[in-house]
Formats: sequence, structure tokens, C-alpha cells
Amino acid sequence: MSGINDFAFRMATVNGTGSASANSLLMQAIFRMGIPVTGKNIFPSNIQGLPTFYDIRVSKDGYTARPPEMDLVVTLNPSTYAKDVASVRKGGYLLYDSSWPLEPDLVREGITILGIPFGKMCVENFEGDRNRTLLRNIVYSGALAAFLSIDMEIVGQMLTEKFAKKKGLLDANRRAIQLGFDYAKAHFECPLPFHLDHMDATGDSIIIDGNSAAALGAVYAGATVGAWYPITPSTSLMEAFTSFCKKFRTEPDTGLARYCIIQAEDELSAAGIAIGAGWAGARAFTNTAGPGISLMQEFVGLAYYTEIPAVFFDIQRTGPSTGMPTRTQQADLLSLAYASHGDTKHIVLFPCNPEECFYMSVKAFDLADRFQTPVFVASDLDIGMNDWMCKRLEWDDSFRPDRGKCLTADELESVKKFSRYVDAEGDGIAARSLPGVHGHGAYFVRGSGHDKHGTYTEDADAYQEVVDRLARKFRLAATAVPAPEFHKVRGAEVGIVSLGGCHAAVLEAIDRLRDMGIVADYMRIRGFPFDAPVRAFLDSYPVTFVVEQNRDAQLRSLLAIETGKPRDEMIPVLDYGGMPLTAAVVVNAVSGHLVKADTKSSPRKKRKARA
Amino acid sequence: MTSITKPQVRHPGLRKNALGFTQRDYEGAMSTLCAGCGHDSVTAALVQACFELALPPHRAAKMSGIGCSSKTTAYFMRESHGFNSVHGRMPSVTTGANAANRDLTYIGISGDGDSLSIGLGQFCHAIRRNVRMLYLIENNGVYGLTKGQFSASADIGSTSKKGETNIQPPIDPVLLALTLGATFVARSFSGDKAQLIPILKAGLSHNGLALIDIISPCVTFNDHEGSTKSYKFTREHEVEISAADFVPLRREIKAPVTNEAISTVTMHDGSIVRFRKTHEGYDPTNREAAYEHVRACQQRDEVATGLLFIDENGADMHAVWKTVETPLVDLKYEELCPGNAALQALMEKYR
Repeated sequence: MSGINDFAFRMATVNGTGSASANSLLMQAIFRMGIPVTGKNIFPSNIQGLPTFYDIRVSKDGYTARPPEMDLVVTLNPSTYAKDVASVRKGGYLLYDSSWPLEPDLVREGITILGIPFGKMCVENFEGDRNRTLLRNIVYSGALAAFLSIDMEIVGQMLTEKFAKKKGLLDANRRAIQLGFDYAKAHFECPLPFHLDHMDATGDSIIIDGNSAAALGAVYAGATVGAWYPITPSTSLMEAFTSFCKKFRTEPDTGLARYCIIQAEDELSAAGIAIGAGWAGARAFTNTAGPGISLMQEFVGLAYYTEIPAVFFDIQRTGPSTGMPTRTQQADLLSLAYASHGDTKHIVLFPCNPEECFYMSVKAFDLADRFQTPVFVASDLDIGMNDWMCKRLEWDDSFRPDRGKCLTADELESVKKFSRYVDAEGDGIAARSLPGVHGHGAYFVRGSGHDKHGTYTEDADAYQEVVDRLARKFRLAATAVPAPEFHKVRGAEVGIVSLGGCHAAVLEAIDRLRDMGIVADYMRIRGFPFDAPVRAFLDSYPVTFVVEQNRDAQLRSLLAIETGKPRDEMIPVLDYGGMPLTAAVVVNAVSGHLVKADTKSSPRKKRKARA
Repeated sequence: MTSITKPQVRHPGLRKNALGFTQRDYEGAMSTLCAGCGHDSVTAALVQACFELALPPHRAAKMSGIGCSSKTTAYFMRESHGFNSVHGRMPSVTTGANAANRDLTYIGISGDGDSLSIGLGQFCHAIRRNVRMLYLIENNGVYGLTKGQFSASADIGSTSKKGETNIQPPIDPVLLALTLGATFVARSFSGDKAQLIPILKAGLSHNGLALIDIISPCVTFNDHEGSTKSYKFTREHEVEISAADFVPLRREIKAPVTNEAISTVTMHDGSIVRFRKTHEGYDPTNREAAYEHVRACQQRDEVATGLLFIDENGADMHAVWKTVETPLVDLKYEELCPGNAALQALMEKYR
């Protein structure tokens, strides 16, 4: 890192002071310069007053994982000065507000300190406390434009777009950005050694967060009922669904809604609403995070056992309990795969970025209908709430939803005695009938023991016949969920397994490991249950690493339980402090392990010695 | 409802309703409740009400939670879908089903344990959303399936079969519903079919959530001396403060409403509820007065029954949310998917 179009910088500010919109403006401007860029909003569980950070990484090679170190840090929050200074790489830069004298906390050998009196400039140029606070963000953005060669024409254009309807604000913002830009130019050598240069690498890309993309997927899948209870970091999914529905699903003539979104009294109710709607024949979903998943357990078991489709988006955050609501993690893997009491197993999809959130959201509704069961989409805070550069979303207009085996009124007319859970076609999936369609299709949904006709039973054989079929159905689902993505190269001696939001960091780590002479193959798990190729990959390498973001190596457990691969033959690489994964974590763990194994005189070394 | 297995022969002379169904067609599986259970009487009343209203069975959905009361959805209308969900969660499942298909008639059956303890939140919020449904609470003051624990509707001082005295105050679903803004609130008694049937019919025709709290004695665990939910206690303390007749839309109204002792409320489908004057000055369209009256009765140890409050102008969930008239399940995929052109236009906003 640290060169033209290859560096990272951080804005350390105070939550609630308007810095978030200035920071995303900077990121967007870099994107429009055609340069691959990633933004990570590291925000507190707070509305106003606590420290917040925004990290922007520019990478001409297209790496999108969180950067391990900062070339430049803008420090505007006295309470984090010490931490901010420490986060600057050796030889890097620190930009602080010199309206006040330089605090001793900020002094550090080996970095360059730049001071600009942002606060003073705002007091001199603008009226009103709130206005000055907000515009300070725009002033530092202007300074960064000078330091980093951000195209001022693009920035100006973006301000015009943003404040198209607010002329007064537009003028103030334009002045603020110029103030910062001019000051930096006049007082320092600009640009800094690492800076931007126009590229043409973002042409078919967009910048979007995973929750918006997942919501858009729900719209395109034809979901009509959404039920939820507000919880970070999943809230913005339903907010996005609401705004897309208002845009796309409002009847032009009447203004009436072709959707029903219900903010429930709690997550139990949200799950119940989704399941009730799924039973009635709508495509329905709920979105939540770990605590909500805990509350939904009983309903999930009901839907599994009574075979009702519904989609559950789990935007994972750091647990357990309330945990760290604004930090990311992948620690719900086991609680999703086996959610609820009794013998239960569920389809789980693992998107790795917003693009996949869109397509997997659509897929989730198809799988839920086809297999008549709850389907989980396991996203996380990093994917869900951060802005990611990814491929422009496309839609195939010939797509038609797979509603599964759903009997029509005509089909039911000729049915003498409808049996809800009879496996007529031998694939483990019984045909269902929707309420209101035909009297012949009437049956009684019950979470209590039932036989294949749906009738109450306490008979051992009749009970087992149904749950055994559910197990067969689940095995079939292994062939229908998204297959793993394999990255294989000739001569690989190491296997890496990972999933979800770890993907970007793993890809980058593989490149860096190769530079170090370690050749690795990579399998990215995209769906649960696992099919045969998963076990085959685990058996292909002398050493296999499983990279995931939780303390207890949950993916490794899942692999061991479901494929039979001994867990000790998979080496866990774990990162669970709540921050998005960096490539360095993977590189250090993999290379460190191999070095250790080598010094312990591995069989490989012995063989070499003999040769 | 049927407590004995009946042969499937049909008497040719059985009365048929407008759809050509006999009352037998509205029955369901054999009841597995105790002989004499109040719930079976409620089921019988429901069968008759649905038959007389000529409700198409396949257009109704029977919803329930867990408990003795919740089992009864299996005992009527065998050609209707039924959903026996989880304890206390019938309201949310019904809310979702109604959101998806607003055209079905939802008959929710719950009990005092199901709605007033584990499901109290869902009960309140279904009322708050005014989900169009019939909501019956078969109220016996006791947990039957777990053998006789007090429920949240048990009165202070009432005793259990084992002789313990209840010391906690009850939650009254009628008073609660009135405070929450329910648009149809009634209380009846499983032993008073003549009163119950017209109320059920009115509830089934109501444009919103129709709550009927039905005192339905538990013959096994709560029908003894000392119980305030027994047949004997209820018969001795029941005071009908509002007597309602239900006149369905398709029946000709012969007698014009001239008698000043009778007031009427027109339902959204044109049916009419006629109130015979029983209590001096009682007005079933005045929420505050209804609340005061029920409280006053309680203080005199009376159980106020009848259609206690009705507001036929309240907006149901779909009216509030402004959803399309067509049930969402009947919308075609083409009406739901914006297509690639719209997606590409949208993508420009993410650049």
C-alpha cells in the first residue's frame, strides 16, 4: 500500500455531527474518478456524542477488505486523539484542527502532523453553532481534496446534486469545500506522496450497502409482506424495502399499496406475521439480528415442522446478548443452522457482499417456496450497513418465481381426500394447498405431532415417517442451495475455507500468501446444507484453514458435524473483535502456522531432508 | 362440534342455507374435550352462526394458539383451513395471513391463558391494528391442559379445585379491549346460546377485530363452589346489559324500527345489529359509558354480558395501511416485479 491509488485514510469524528454524509461524499467522489474504493463506517451504538470513525480504502487492484493501517488520519475528536495518532502508519500523516494548540497527545515521532484551523475558519465564515459544526466536515473534505487530489469538479457536481433543492445550503457547502481546499494548497505541499489519479475501473460498478440490495432482491422476488421489529443492524433493510415498495409497488391510479409492511410489537410477532402470510400464500419475510433470532426460535420450529415458507434475514452483529450492536460478527451460524428445539435444520445462505445479497435474497424466496420451509439469509453488519463497490445489479426479465408444489383449485377439485404431508413424488416434498382456494384442500396446520395426512398423532411410526421425510427433504436442499465458490490454482498445498463477509480479506490474503511462496486453494461456502464437494475439498489438502468471525469456530463445527471431517484436521482462523476482517489476520495465521509446523519438523521437511 | 361419532348419512329433510349446505356441513372432527366443557357449546354456537350466515367454509380460516380453547378449531368447519400455531401467538399469525389474503373470514379462537398471559402483547397489538377477524376468548379462569392452575382472568378470592385461593387481581379482556380502542367488544356465556349466536354473527360481519369474551366453564377444574367461572356462578351473576339481534343483509327487514326501545347499528356489509333496550340509558356506541358500566357491574359482583361496544366506522388494518383491494396473494408476479429497465434506472442512483 501507500502509493498512487493505493492507500487508506480515516476520519475520526464525533457521532451526530454530520460527518457521515461528508465521508460518504468523499468516497463517492473517488468512485466517480473511476478508482476502486471501499468505505467502512465504524460507528458507536449511540445517536450523539460518542467517537465514530470512517475508513476509506483506495485500491487500484480492487481490494475491498478493511485496510490494516492508515496512511492519513483526520483527528477531530479530542477523546480519541491517542488512539488516532497510534493508528497512523510509520511515515504517515495526521491532520488535526489547529484552532486549538497542538495537544501533547498528538505528538509522535515518525509521522507528519498537518494542522488546519477548521473550527476557527467555520466561526469566521458561517453563522450558527449547528451550521458551523456541520460545515466543518465539508471544510476538512476540501482539505482532503487538495491533499489527495480528489477531483474538485466532481465534488462540486455532487454537492449540486445533493443540495439541488436547497440553494442556501449549496452555496454554504461550496464555500466550505473551497475554504478547506485553498487553505491546504496555500500552506502545504499538495498533493501528498500517496494520492489519487483518474482511472477507468468502476464503469460497471455501483456503490451500495447490503441491506438495500437485499431489500431490492425481496422486491424483485415478489415479496409482498414484510414484518419486523427495529434492531441494529437490520433496520435499514426494511426501511429500504419500504422506500422501494413506495416507488415500485404503489398503484398509479389509486395510490394504494401492493405490499403490506408491519412493524410488529416484537420479533416473535414479526416471525408469526411472516409465517402467517407465508401460509396464506404470500412471499413474506422478516429481518432481524441475533437477539431477534433468539426470540423467533419457537416460531421457526413451527414453520419447519408444519412446512411453511418464510425468509429470515439475519444481519449479524457482535453477541452474545446485546453485545456490540454496531460491530460485526459471524456468530449466529450454529443458531441459524439448527434454530429451535427438537430435531430442526434449516437452509442458510451466506452472501459475501451487497451484490450477492440481491441475488441470494431472490434465491431465498425460491428455496423457501420450493422446500416449504424457513430460509435464513446470514448477512452481517459490515455487508449490510457499509457501502461496498460491487458489480451493477442486473435482472433477467424472463425470471419467474418458483412457487413449489402448490395445488390449484382445478387440481384440488379432483382430489377426494387431501393429505398434506404425503410424499407423492418421492423427493421429500409434499404438495401444499393454500387457504381460500378450495374446500378439498382444507387441512389443519398443527405444530403438535401429526401423521402424513396432517392428522394429530402420538404414534411412533406415524410421527417418525414425517420427520424422516423432512430429513430427506433437507438432504435434497443441499443440491439446491448456492454451490460453494472454488478458487483453485495449480500446486496448492493449503486449503482455505471461509464464508460471507470474510471473502474480500481472504482473496487479498491469498495473493499476499502467494507472494510469500504459500499457494492456497480457497472454498467459499455459500449455502447450508453442504453437498458432497464440500467434504471433497476438505479432504484435498494436508492443511486446511477455516476462516470465520466468531470465537468458537462455528463454521468449523458445522463442517465437522455435517460432513464428518474430524474437527482437529481443520485449523481455525478466528477474528471476532467486531471489526471487518483484514487480510493481515489471515496471512499471519496461515503463514504463522506453517512456519511453526516446519520448525516442528513436519513430515514434509523430513521427506525433503531424505531426498 | 360433535362429541360422539355420527354416521355420515344425511337426512333429506335437513334445512339448507343459501349455499345449499346443511348445518352438518359446518361441523368438524370429534371433540376431545371433557364432556360438558363450555368450549363445546361455543363450538356448537359457531357452527350454527356460520351455517345461518351461509359462510362459504373454504373462504374461512380457523386460527388458534395452544390450550383447550385452541383445540376447538378442529371441531367445526372441516372444509376450512385451520392453523393451530404456538402458545399465545395466534394474533400475529392471523395478522400475517390477513395481510396476505384480506378476503378470507378469520375466526381466531383463544383462551384466557393464551391471550391474557403468554399472548397478552399479541392480543393488544392485534386490537391496536384492528385486524379484521373474529377473536373469541373462551374464558374459564384456569389452565386446563396442565391440570388446573389459575389463569390471569381468575378473580381474587376464587378458589381452585385443590382449595387454594387466588390472591392476584384479574385481567379483564373486555376492559382492556375498550381502553385499547377495540371496535367491537362483547361478553357472553357459553351456556347462553340465544345470546351468543347473534353476537357471533355480528362479530363475523364486523369490519375490524371483533372481540368476544365468552365465559366458558371448565367442568373438570373450575366448576366447583368457590369458582367465579362456574356454570352456577355465571348463571346467578350474569346481567345482560345490552341485548343484540343480528339481521343479515339478505334478510328482508319486515318490522320498521319505530320502537324507541330499539336502536340499530348498520354493519359495513349492510347487515344490521338491533339492540333491545335492557339497561336504562345504555349506549353500545359510547366507549366511555361502556367502560364505566362494565366496571360498575363488576363492583356489584355482576358479570355484564351482551354486545357491549361497537364502532362500525373504525378503519381496519388494510384501510390504515392503504393496501390494494385485491388480496396480495392474488396479485400477479408481473404486478410486483419492476423489471430490468427500472433496475437499471435505479442503478444510476448508486453511481
